[in-house]
Amino acid sequence: MSRLAAHREGGIPPGAGLGRSGVRVHGERLAAWLLGFCAAVSVLLTVGIVLVLTTETMGFFSQVSVWEFVTGTRWAPLFQEKSFGILPLLWGSVTVSLGASLLALPLGVLSALYLSEYATPGARALLKPLLEVLAGIPTVVYGYLALTLVTPMLRALFPGTGIFNAASASVVVGIMILPTVMTLSEEAFRGVPRSLREAAFSLGATKMEVATRVVLPAGLSGVLASFLLALSRAMGETMAVTIAAGSSPQLTLNPLDAVQTLTAYIAQVGMGSPAAGTLEYRTLFAVGMTLFLLTLAMNLLGQWVRSRFREAAW
Amino acid sequence: MVTGRGAREVGGGLEWGAGSRRRLAKARAFEVAALMAVLFGVLALAVILGDLLLDGARHLSGQFLANYASRFPEQAGIRAPLMGTLWILGLTGLMAVPVSVGAAVYLEEYAPMNWATRLIRTNIATLAGVPSIVYGILGLALFVRTLGLGRSVLSGALTLSLLIMPIIILTAQQAIRAVPREVREGAYALGATRWQVVRHQVLPLALPGIVSGAILAVSRAIGETAPLIMIGAMSFIAFTPASLGDPFTALPIQIFHWVSRPQEEFKGLAAAAILVLMALVLTMNAAAFLIRSRSRLEE
Repeated sequence: MSRLAAHREGGIPPGAGLGRSGVRVHGERLAAWLLGFCAAVSVLLTVGIVLVLTTETMGFFSQVSVWEFVTGTRWAPLFQEKSFGILPLLWGSVTVSLGASLLALPLGVLSALYLSEYATPGARALLKPLLEVLAGIPTVVYGYLALTLVTPMLRALFPGTGIFNAASASVVVGIMILPTVMTLSEEAFRGVPRSLREAAFSLGATKMEVATRVVLPAGLSGVLASFLLALSRAMGETMAVTIAAGSSPQLTLNPLDAVQTLTAYIAQVGMGSPAAGTLEYRTLFAVGMTLFLLTLAMNLLGQWVRSRFREAAW
Repeated sequence: MVTGRGAREVGGGLEWGAGSRRRLAKARAFEVAALMAVLFGVLALAVILGDLLLDGARHLSGQFLANYASRFPEQAGIRAPLMGTLWILGLTGLMAVPVSVGAAVYLEEYAPMNWATRLIRTNIATLAGVPSIVYGILGLALFVRTLGLGRSVLSGALTLSLLIMPIIILTAQQAIRAVPREVREGAYALGATRWQVVRHQVLPLALPGIVSGAILAVSRAIGETAPLIMIGAMSFIAFTPASLGDPFTALPIQIFHWVSRPQEEFKGLAAAAILVLMALVLTMNAAAFLIRSRSRLEE
């Protein structure tokens, strides 16, 4: 409070003294106070998320051992014979995200190189917003496409494919995160100074050599950050995996099998509207906490890498 | 051509050896590959839109918009989810936008540059990356259970407001930061107070950026499904919400339930509902894009 008061005093610029009237000063204070309150809401939001997740997760771990949760290989909280090993869900999320990355990372970086090194300004102004539309499509739409478009294609190619399979979800999630990789990588490539490119050209490098041996390494931290943020988005994606990847938590290496991701499990329980205080209700928070911590780690790492690349003085 | 420059430099005055020809061929192949990568994205977008139109367009009609959901595909419509989505659109806009813009103004114009402010900034960027379903869990625990708001349209709008607030704050901060320092200093030099500078100088200039960010964020909110599943938006509702406490459904929820049905007809209805939702979302995106591109402060 005293910090805020001191700040308010110091916050009014010197000129204000000239025409200072009571109303004006009160108005100033009110504005500062209201705006500060708005900012405080965002802090409360974080505190709220952490508090809610932590208390219920603690409740969960008072009934289930942490060791079983972390190392168990069977996830069956809704069955008669309950089992709470998170690994199958984690594996489902990792399978889908890695599959999506196989598609999105190379295509995203190549697209970014094309837009920053090859495209004319006109083509870039057209293509970039067009590709970014892919990130604005609601995720439930990607679920629909995975189920009605991608899975039938996969089944035509690989007859053993299940109706619900990890691969179809990977494909649509890959398309969904493509713009994330592309936009952030392109931003990094465009930040590479012209003089580096020209130096390489003057040594006789071809355009490809400039792109892959000068621009790409120079923008590498931005590319890395884009990978991390895209992976975290893929991991947090819910609807496409709920609709297309199935609800069978299992440790399988076959991408044509059904899996269940962390997010899909949360959605499955959410649909059944569990009663508060039950163990089933509490699994929501334990799984949610796992998801929260995983994506948080990737986001923080991504932000750190990105800020380092921004600080790099060219 | 694009490789022309490389060709001239590589070959300048020298004999064209097999090695440089190979390098040029490689360079060409790389350019084609990069172009293909871009075209893959464009093609994906075209296939998505084409597939949806092909599946859904024949179900679109005035009746489809006016009817409630039904067990019979030929009678089913999206009246309740469409109204629910419009409620969500209005409520999240009203709740999330003012608070977020206020927070952005505070962080950019008022907050002292100390560790606490830096922490709040990092925190907001981090919140923007929290998966939407985690906000759903929060909404379930906080609004539906603790505050006892139930599975109401208000719970849904509050949950989605929390989800988009960090996004609006981030874009508003960017827009405010793009206002040149000279504008502020000029106003201060004339004796304006801090709030006068914000109100009459900074906000008008930052407005296009703020508005386009807010529109994008709200368009994201109406496309979200997972948080609404968590707070228990229902799928089969034969009335439209009349007050904040009423249960509701929304377009993404209705789409999800139609997709989950095994019958082909319902998949067609899902595609039609998707077309309506996408028309809303893409119109908002286009509006945001236009407002932003007409702003004088952009680059």
